[in-house]
Amino acid sequence: MKIPFAYIWRSLWARRLTTALTLGGIALVAFVFAAVLMLSRGVEETLIETGSLDNVIALRKSANSELVSQIDRDGANILKTFPEIATTPGGKPFASTEIYVIINLSKKGSNDMGNVSVRGISPEALQLRPQVKLTAGRWFNFGQQEIVLGKSIAQRFQKCEIGQELRFGEATWKIVGYFDAQGSAFDSEIWGDVEQMGAAFGRPVFSSATFRLTSQQEFEPLKLRLQKDPRLASIELKREREYYEEQSKLMSGFIKLLGLVVTIIFSIGATIGAMITMYAAVANRTVEIGTLRALGFKRRSVLAAFLIESIILSLVGGAIGIALASGMSFVRISTTNFGTFSELAFGFTLAPGVVISTLVFALVMGVLGGFLPAVRASRLNILSALRSA
Amino acid sequence: MIEVHNISKSYRRDSLEIPVLSNITLDVPEGEFLALMGPSGSGKTTLLNLIAGIDRPNTGSITVNGTDIATLNESNLATWRSHNVGFIFQFYNLLPVLTAFENVELPLLLTNLSKKERREHVEAALKLVGLGDRMKHYPKQLSGGQEQRVAIARAIVTDPTVLVADEPTGDLDRVSAGEIMVLMDRLNKEFKKTIVMVTHDPRAAEKAHKVMHLDKGELN
Repeated sequence: MKIPFAYIWRSLWARRLTTALTLGGIALVAFVFAAVLMLSRGVEETLIETGSLDNVIALRKSANSELVSQIDRDGANILKTFPEIATTPGGKPFASTEIYVIINLSKKGSNDMGNVSVRGISPEALQLRPQVKLTAGRWFNFGQQEIVLGKSIAQRFQKCEIGQELRFGEATWKIVGYFDAQGSAFDSEIWGDVEQMGAAFGRPVFSSATFRLTSQQEFEPLKLRLQKDPRLASIELKREREYYEEQSKLMSGFIKLLGLVVTIIFSIGATIGAMITMYAAVANRTVEIGTLRALGFKRRSVLAAFLIESIILSLVGGAIGIALASGMSFVRISTTNFGTFSELAFGFTLAPGVVISTLVFALVMGVLGGFLPAVRASRLNILSALRSA
Repeated sequence: MIEVHNISKSYRRDSLEIPVLSNITLDVPEGEFLALMGPSGSGKTTLLNLIAGIDRPNTGSITVNGTDIATLNESNLATWRSHNVGFIFQFYNLLPVLTAFENVELPLLLTNLSKKERREHVEAALKLVGLGDRMKHYPKQLSGGQEQRVAIARAIVTDPTVLVADEPTGDLDRVSAGEIMVLMDRLNKEFKKTIVMVTHDPRAAEKAHKVMHLDKGELN
C-alpha cells in the first residue's frame, strides 16, 4: 500500500454525510448481530454457570431434563455409598436428592400465568451450590412447609413477598426468604424441603440426585462403577455443568438461528449500501485515480486504497454497533426456556467472542461491499480517467 | 534522448477505426524545450501521452533514454513513469484532500527515500516554485496559478528525465500563465529539464526552443 493513509482517511471525511449514513447502516446491522450473539451467550452463561464442575447429576437414562426424570430411593441410596462421592465434614454423603416440578404463578403487571420451577432439596444442597446466597429473610426449615424464592421469581411474580403464602401441590407454603444464585438458572426457582414437596405432590420418587465428587477426575471411575452395577441400570450420570450446557443448547441455538438469519438478510442491505457508497466514491474520484496511476501508482495500490476505505467504514460501523449493543448488557429478560418449559431470566452477555465475531461480520460486509468498486477503480483506463475532468 | 520512430495510433469507436497519428518520427534531444501545437483533434495530446507512457502506439517504437517503452508491460511501465516522467496537467490534478506538501510528496512514496529525505526533497521543490510558505495549504485554499505551481513541484520532485505538460496555462489568467511559463523556462534553462509541452497558447509556445505543428495526425 503506497497510497498514503491520509488520502483514504480524509476522503472519507470529505464526504462525511455519506460516510455517516453508511456507517449508520453497518452499525445497525452490527448492533443486531451483536445483540443476538449476546442474548444467546446470556442463555448459555446463565445455564452453564448453574452447573458446577465438581458436581455430578444422576438422572433416569435417556431423560434429557430433570422434569422427565425419576430416580428411586434405593438407587439414590446405593449411589450415595460409592467411594467417588465426597462426604460432608459431618460424615454424610455429599449429595442432594431432589424433586423438580413446575407450577403456575401469576406474573406481576398482568394476570398471565407463567411456569415456575419448584425444587425440593436435601440439606446438603446448599453446600453443593455455594453460589446460592440468602439475601433476605431466612432459609426454610426442613420438615416444614416453607419456601425460599430465587430473586427473579420474587421480582416477576405476584404475591411473592416474604411472609405471604403460596398454594401449590396439596399444601400451602410460607415464603420465608429470598436467595441470589448469581445469575444462574436457580435464580428462577423456588426451593423447599424435598420430603415436604414429595408429600405435597404425591411423589414417592426423586427427579434427580446431585453429588459432589471427591475430585473432578473421579467422574469416569464413578461412571464405570455405575455401569457395572445391575441395580442402577436405569440411571445415567452427567457432569452437572454438561447437563446445564445441554439444557441451554435448544434455547440458545434457536435464538442464534433465528437472529442470525434475520441479521444476515439485513446485512445484505448494508453491504449493498456500502457498495453503492464505494461505487459513488470511485465515480467521484475518477480523475484522482487517473492522476495516481499516471504518477506511477500501480493498479493493486489503487485496489488496496479503495478496499481499505471500505474496510475502515465497516470496522468503524461494527465498533459503533458493538458500543450500542454493550448498552444492552444492562437489560435482563425473562421467558420460557424450551428445555424446561419454565421461566428463565437471563441477560445480554458481552463476551470477547461476541466482539470478535461482530467485527469479523462487519469486516466481511466491508470486503464484500468494497471489493467490486475497488476492482473498478483499479481497472480504470488512465487516459479515460484523466479525460473525465 | 527521446526517439519516436514511425509510430501510428488509432482509436476504435464502435466499429469505426479513427486514425489519430500516422507515421510520426521525432527526436527530442536532452535539454530540449519542445512545444507541440495544432488544432483540436490533431493528435498532439495523444503524442504527448505516448511519450509519457500512459498510452501505447499501435506500431512503431518510442525510446526514452535507451528504454523502448512500447515493450514494457503495464506494471513496469508504471514504475518507469514514476522514475522518468513528471506530469503537468491543464487542470493541475492535485488531490483535493491532501495538502500542497502531501501532493508533492506523492511521487516520492514510490521511491525508497526515507521520510526525512522525502521532506527535504518536497521542501526544496516547493521553495523552487515559490510556495515554501504554502506547504500546509489544501488545493482549494490556493489560487489557480499556485495550484499549477504545486503541480510543477510534484512533477519535478523526483528529478525525472522528462517533463510532459498538457496545456499547462490553459486554465489560467494571463498573469498566472506568464508566471508559469517563466517557471518552465527556468526549469529548462537552469535545471536542464527536457520539456515536451502541448499548448494552444502562442505566448506559451514562445518560451519553447522548438515548436512543432501537428495537423490531422501528421507532423510538419
